[in-house]
Amino acid sequence: MTGAARIAAARERDSAEAGQPLVIHGLTVSYGEKPAIFSVDAVFRKGTMTAIVGPNGAGKSTLLKAALDIVPRLSGTVTVFGESFARARRRVAYVPQRASVDWDFPARVIDVVMMGLYRELGLWRFAAARHRDRAMACLQRVGMTEFAMRQIGQLSGGQQQRVFLARALAQDADLYLLDEPFAGVDAATERALVDVLAGLKRDGRTVVCVHHDLSTVADYFDQVLLINIRKIADGPIVTTFTPDNLQATYGGRLTSAHLAEAGLPAA
Amino acid sequence: MDGFLQALLLQSGYNAALVAIGAALLGVAAGGAGTFIFLRKRALVSDALAHATLPGVGLAFIAMVALGGDGRNIVGLLTGSALSAAAGLLAVEWIARRTRLPEDAAIGAVLSVFFGLGIVLLTVIQTMSAGRQAGLQGFLLGSTAGMLLQDAMIIALAGLAAALFVFAMRRPMTLVAFDAEFAATTGVDVRRTDLAMMGLALLVTVIGLKVVGLVLIVALLIIPSVAARFWTERADHLVLIAAAIGGASAYVGAAISAAEPQAPTGPIIVLVCSAVFAASLLLAPRRGVLASMLRRRRFQLRVHRRQGLLALGRAEPILDGLTLAVLRREGLIRRDGVATEAGQAEAAKALRDEARWRLVRQNHASEAVAARYDGLTPIEAVLTRDEIAEIDRRLAATSGVVR
Repeated sequence: MTGAARIAAARERDSAEAGQPLVIHGLTVSYGEKPAIFSVDAVFRKGTMTAIVGPNGAGKSTLLKAALDIVPRLSGTVTVFGESFARARRRVAYVPQRASVDWDFPARVIDVVMMGLYRELGLWRFAAARHRDRAMACLQRVGMTEFAMRQIGQLSGGQQQRVFLARALAQDADLYLLDEPFAGVDAATERALVDVLAGLKRDGRTVVCVHHDLSTVADYFDQVLLINIRKIADGPIVTTFTPDNLQATYGGRLTSAHLAEAGLPAA
Repeated sequence: MDGFLQALLLQSGYNAALVAIGAALLGVAAGGAGTFIFLRKRALVSDALAHATLPGVGLAFIAMVALGGDGRNIVGLLTGSALSAAAGLLAVEWIARRTRLPEDAAIGAVLSVFFGLGIVLLTVIQTMSAGRQAGLQGFLLGSTAGMLLQDAMIIALAGLAAALFVFAMRRPMTLVAFDAEFAATTGVDVRRTDLAMMGLALLVTVIGLKVVGLVLIVALLIIPSVAARFWTERADHLVLIAAAIGGASAYVGAAISAAEPQAPTGPIIVLVCSAVFAASLLLAPRRGVLASMLRRRRFQLRVHRRQGLLALGRAEPILDGLTLAVLRREGLIRRDGVATEAGQAEAAKALRDEARWRLVRQNHASEAVAARYDGLTPIEAVLTRDEIAEIDRRLAATSGVVR
């Protein structure tokens, strides 16, 4: 490739990526001296639903946290809708792992959902009826209205996950980043959550989930990002979620049982 | 007792009234501010903070004497204590963030080093100017004997500032305490919020030095919110209840020590506060120890009753003594263990409900309902009459009889 062609190609790439919900280039994050993710490039396009898939310790959650400025980046760039995350944060909603908080915290379900309205409420204002109505509407979308006044410690795992999603819905974002939203939830909750996420996608919003259940990747998502410290492959499910790519991602840990579960023939 | 009542009604003289009002304001500020420290699980940091005030007190005294002023100037002493407490706080933060040491080790190190240094300084001051020994020892456990209007005013002003501060920061502090990573993504500066929270603790600590002293101020910060936690499930209510408990304990404690001049004010306040905590721990309606014991016992009796009825229905022998006692007490079995008429009816119903539940749980479509099965809840509480009738029809179709 000549220099001019390379520049033209880079320009084309840049214009295709400009303003996309989440564009990651050369992202490296390290806790201590061993990189948790190394030089990962990925583009998450508007109106798509992407699963981030990889074995334990592959850096899936770290990728999300680095994109959200929660953990410091060692190198690389992240742009959100063409801006830095700090400038675009009002368009982003994050759903952390359920187990990352203490559920014996003194709060009711509605209080947690109202936390999603923090940017609107600010420091001084009291929550008005319309804020409460919005929180209740979000609870309705995840089927939790009757639990609004329940203490959060009394919820089941699936209900806790629904509350977390409702809090993210209250943020009314354009990009939703979810860390293992289906981990340890009951089947009914999983279906309800998938329906809500599919609804977001239909509205032209972008959904990214760290996901570990190979059997449902193709059913729930249209894009997949396979990583194991390094990026293995990304793109549409049909072309990317293949036995060869999974083999490359999971290495020796991938058995034919895994592939069968994912509905794929052996590599 | 008369003295106590008089003190409670602010009738024991000017100084006692001043102490009671000042202490109450301090208690309100400490209870409210301490709530967020409790929720953020940082109680020990506030203890390090309190102990780190001592060298500041000593250094401020030495500096003021060296400059030819009065070493006992309260504003000077409090400023000194605030500066050294801030230094201790930053030291803990720096060690925890920049080294591999865990926070509790950092707290232990900073607390003991600063406190030790403070004690050395106090000893130096004693030898340096024996005649002007300014009662700096009073900062250790508090001394309210010589409390002036100026002191009470300082507490009142700082308490008001603390209250405003709590109001302004209530949302970010609650958010950070519950879910710091989520808070960070919505634009809350977690580190600055934590520092603000500790700054609030610092303010309360410094104004509390004269009343309860640096050794016990952590009690007034933490115990009110721990006690309040038994009474509410809401963070916003927790702040108010903790402030009320802190204020009331400090007021009552000050009144007791006014009636008994030998009793030291600070420790008495902490004891009153602890009594409130003990009472909450035992008696609170939902989270209290007695309530949860009772709830557990009631649940156990329900289980035994149900198991007993099912055993009766299936004509199995009942061996468990408690089960027999429960059934007997309700008149479901006779003394000799044979089911009464009521017992037979109840047992038949229990068996029928069990069969209905089995069908509901086998049916995949009713998963949400099946999830509510606990073997105890009557099926009428979960399903409508029509749904139950439908189940009975299907039961009848499969087995031919509805038992």
